[in-house]
Amino acid sequence: MAQNHGSHNSANGAHDKAHNSHEGGHFVVPFKTLRNVAIALLCLTVLTVGTAQLHLGWAAAPIAFLIAFIKAMLVMAYFMGLKFDSVLNRVIFATSFIFLAVFYFFSALDVFTRIKEISTL
Amino acid sequence: MSTDKHQVGDHKHHFAHHFRDAMHEFLTTKEGIWLFMVTEVMMFGGLFVGYFIMHSNYPGMFAEGASHLDWRMGAFNTIVLILSSWTMALGIHFIQTGKRNQATAALIFTIFCGIIFMCVKFFEYKAKFDHGLLPGNFFHAHEFEHANLPMYFGFYFCMTGLHGTHVLIGMGLITWVLIRHLKGEFDGEYYTPVEGVGLFWHIVDLIWIFLFPLLYLVG
Amino acid sequence: MSAEGTNYINCEKGIWSWLTTLDHKRIALMYMAAVMVFFFCGGTAAMLIRAQLWTPSNTFFNDNTYNQIMTYHGAIMVFMVIIPGIPAIFGNFFLPLHIGAKDVAFPRLNLASWYVFMFGAILAVSTLFTSKVDTGWTFYAPYSLKTSTAVVSMVLAAFIMGMSSILTGLNFIATTHKLRAPGMSMMRIPLFVWAIYSTAILQVLATPVLGITLLLIVAERVLGVGIFDPKLGGDPVLFQHFFWFYSHPAVYIMILPAMGIISEVITAFSRKTIFGYTAIAMSSLGIAAVSFFVWGHHMYVSGQSEIAAIVFSFITMLVGVPTAIKMFNWLATLYGGSIQFRTPMLYAFGFLFVFAIGGVTGIMLATVGLDVHLHDTYFVIAHFHYTMVGGTLMALMAGFFYWLPKMFGKMYDETLGIISWLFVFIGFNVTFFPQFILGQNGMNRRYGSYHPAYQSLNQISSVGGFMIAFGFIVALIAIVKCVLKGPPAPANPWGAKTLEWTVSSPPPHHNFDVEPIVTGGPYEYR
Repeated sequence: MAQNHGSHNSANGAHDKAHNSHEGGHFVVPFKTLRNVAIALLCLTVLTVGTAQLHLGWAAAPIAFLIAFIKAMLVMAYFMGLKFDSVLNRVIFATSFIFLAVFYFFSALDVFTRIKEISTL
Repeated sequence: MSTDKHQVGDHKHHFAHHFRDAMHEFLTTKEGIWLFMVTEVMMFGGLFVGYFIMHSNYPGMFAEGASHLDWRMGAFNTIVLILSSWTMALGIHFIQTGKRNQATAALIFTIFCGIIFMCVKFFEYKAKFDHGLLPGNFFHAHEFEHANLPMYFGFYFCMTGLHGTHVLIGMGLITWVLIRHLKGEFDGEYYTPVEGVGLFWHIVDLIWIFLFPLLYLVG
Repeated sequence: MSAEGTNYINCEKGIWSWLTTLDHKRIALMYMAAVMVFFFCGGTAAMLIRAQLWTPSNTFFNDNTYNQIMTYHGAIMVFMVIIPGIPAIFGNFFLPLHIGAKDVAFPRLNLASWYVFMFGAILAVSTLFTSKVDTGWTFYAPYSLKTSTAVVSMVLAAFIMGMSSILTGLNFIATTHKLRAPGMSMMRIPLFVWAIYSTAILQVLATPVLGITLLLIVAERVLGVGIFDPKLGGDPVLFQHFFWFYSHPAVYIMILPAMGIISEVITAFSRKTIFGYTAIAMSSLGIAAVSFFVWGHHMYVSGQSEIAAIVFSFITMLVGVPTAIKMFNWLATLYGGSIQFRTPMLYAFGFLFVFAIGGVTGIMLATVGLDVHLHDTYFVIAHFHYTMVGGTLMALMAGFFYWLPKMFGKMYDETLGIISWLFVFIGFNVTFFPQFILGQNGMNRRYGSYHPAYQSLNQISSVGGFMIAFGFIVALIAIVKCVLKGPPAPANPWGAKTLEWTVSSPPPHHNFDVEPIVTGGPYEYR
């Protein structure tokens, strides 16, 4: 009666390598997946460097960050296993980026709406 | 208690008494590590926030500073860290699937990548030192255009320095789990410390994925 | 199974068994001892301040020394008493008990947190013997970058103590998520747990930003990075953004656990289930969330843009809403209850009265127009002392007297408790209410001397200060007397309903002989 968390105890998790995806049990990310992600990351790095060489002016930064963001997603999802982990861990990690954005947004709001006054002296 | 007949590992991992079973301990520990990753993101993120704001204030100065960085060394280091992240994930994969020797190789290669990264870093830093491109108080370069260029190198050394410190810590942690692995402490049922160290190492990689374009490419 | 008469205190003897303990209850007591010592250190500094301010001129100390005293009063009280206080003592002791667990999620990390905290605290205190810091506890640039005092050691100490706070918060979140007993859903946990949980989220999310801020102070002083230094085009106001992004949520780290205690005490001593459990629980999360969006209200006159000031002001008003929800729910709980006027309840009543004043004066300060007049005056000091001392400290005292019987198995002396409350409550208002008036009339904070017109109110305030000191000394005597020779207390002297009262006083080492199975809410009185 007391122990009724059946779907998450180890008797289940031991052999259910592929089926615990929503609880983050002992999920084994397949070798091929890891290899493909690594290749993708290397390609994206080449892309990053390549687009930087194109000197796209103001667009250089957003593009560089977009590519970095995609790389980060791949690392988080597959290398860190978030794709196969519990919703809670995804929420926990996403929360940090959200509040970092809050920190940046309101600080920037101040810095970029200051009225710069030229001294009349 | 686990009653599975899995063949990997000839010992059962003893889990702490306040957990229901080993899986409960594993899931809780994993959550704890993700919570710790939140703190890493917030801490490094603060530096990024400062960088973004100052960069917006002084785009020309930051461009000048970035021109002193060698993007090829940065790109090489990016590749090194990506490979190390891959081998770290492989290390866990091999431990989970009972391929102990391959796991050993993967972990050793990960540490090796860390060493390469720090060596490249050393040469980069040395070049800065030689040219006097140092933070604020120690800046003594000749021929530069923007008067507050020392601020750029303040950011450069703080961000890469904090990151480099984490690389060193990560290498130490991977060495620790490698030793425990060689002693046979891990198997497909218990590899929690390796998972934790792996997550830490991936964070180190994640930060560099943003740091590289920020410092070397965008300027 | 626990042998008859063994509990977490007597199950193992010797100082080494304490220093290497993994038992959250013993770690709680170790924090308790440390925090009490630091409280009296910070309190001594407070008494020096009130003595100095007895007369308008520099009575005992010159300006430099006064700057140091007020810095240590603030830094010790903030970093070494109020932020760790309730979570480290009562959170550690009661969170596992409240959710039916045997310990926190990571007991070794818990012990490490205590050692890290002690290391940071000792480093902070050591600066008293090297070069006393004089920047104020807020370490504002550019002064903190220039002053020749031991700023680096002090901020590193704060950094280290921040790490302890982070690890504690991390531990509590994982504990709350993963170690609840069967049947204890999130909507059945005691409100103290909701409070500690919300606090823990703040600890994990906000403290790292303080960490990097403090490291940047060190980097500025040692390397001259330039981010906050106008000489290199840096921005001192940016320092304030960095600092307050943590330090505003920090004040909710200070008050949320206190509110959790008030929920427990009011319920227990009204012998009635709490009114609005869901509202109070959600308001804890709500306060935690909103607290991240308001930090600029500390910076209205610092050089922040007007647009930012208005935005921050508006959002700050919002935080009054979940707070008020709590106040009204507590009042509604009292209504129709069977009220027991024991010491914990007296402190809880004191909290309600005093925190209401603290809260509304906060809304006053949130208004940009008023704050322009009141910023850096004694009005601000009165506001945050009403919330932090009147609020957190009174709730801490309520918690002490409520839980002493459980923690030590001994009953406290009610007369001493009531005397302590009288002097703390009355003394508190005598000390700090005049400061609202002083601030409104323009007296500056952080000054060791003042215009003679302010003297009479300052003297009233100082008298109050000594009353508070007396009240806390009586409380200390009450606690010590209880621990050493109080009469034995039963398992549930209050007839309360949360899980800690179902085990012996003191609890056994492993908390529960049999894992509890929860079938209802935490406050089912009738």
